[in-house]
Amino acid sequence: MTTSQIFLVTSTFLACAVEMVEALTIVLATGITRGWRSALIGTLAALATLAVIVAILGPAIALVPIHAMQLVVGTLMLIFGLQWLRKAILRASGRKAMHDEDAIFAAEQAEARKHGRDERAGLDWYSFTICFKGVFLEGLEVAFITITFGAAQQNIGLAAWGATAALIIVLLAGILLHRPLSRVPENMLKYVVGLLLTSFGTFWAAEGMGVEWPGTDLALLGLLGFYAIVAFVLVRQLRAPQAVRVA
Amino acid sequence: MKYIIAFAAFWIDFIVGDDWRIAVAVVVGLAVTAVLVWMGIPAWWVLPVGIAGYLSVSMTRK
Repeated sequence: MTTSQIFLVTSTFLACAVEMVEALTIVLATGITRGWRSALIGTLAALATLAVIVAILGPAIALVPIHAMQLVVGTLMLIFGLQWLRKAILRASGRKAMHDEDAIFAAEQAEARKHGRDERAGLDWYSFTICFKGVFLEGLEVAFITITFGAAQQNIGLAAWGATAALIIVLLAGILLHRPLSRVPENMLKYVVGLLLTSFGTFWAAEGMGVEWPGTDLALLGLLGFYAIVAFVLVRQLRAPQAVRVA
Repeated sequence: MKYIIAFAAFWIDFIVGDDWRIAVAVVVGLAVTAVLVWMGIPAWWVLPVGIAGYLSVSMTRK
């Protein structure tokens, strides 16, 4: 397995795991509080919708010329990556509250208890819609990352394996533990995924613009190291007492 | 028409996320890169330097 293939599987696995942990929290909170039937039907409906989108988007993206695809994929990845990385730096420096699955689970349960029962098509409509929305939105980001990452390396199959492995592990953990996976180091994973997406996004977007990277593919490692140092320095600076106060 | 607008709004919100400045910074970085490439000047450093600068400045916001 080459370095870029290892990066590909690792990135899709980690991104998928993080998003799946978040989706699992929503489904568990709703299912435990209001019953499983509608929550699971909402989850399955979201997964089916995602499967249709992936089936359409996957082959379609492969038809785009390589430079145009690198530019589009790189730009999207850079935007996603920077969002993740920026929040991860703020969290690591204590400027933003850590993502806490236990707290989110409790909030979701409190919200689920507040709503009365609204029966539509034989389903508890609140449970169905909340699980559909949660799984669809978290899953869409995973599908996007998996397809674009895989397509840019012309190996969607390998990216899909990374995503599937994460899905199975998170799902099994959820079934066995029956509670939110609060011990998963979610904030650290988001930090790593943010660094990977930002590095790949920079590499492909610039290449799509016609840039020639010094050292060709090795520049990816250079970018990863550079952004890791930038993030580390920013975390240290923001933790320091003389750091600029957040408005 | 209402559904087309809602569909477009969903995708814009999904891609741009909760901080539109990131998308603007990326587009500006790419535009500068494109101009330098067009002028024949090595431009591989523009995005990494621009992103590092953007991240530093953006840390003053939550």
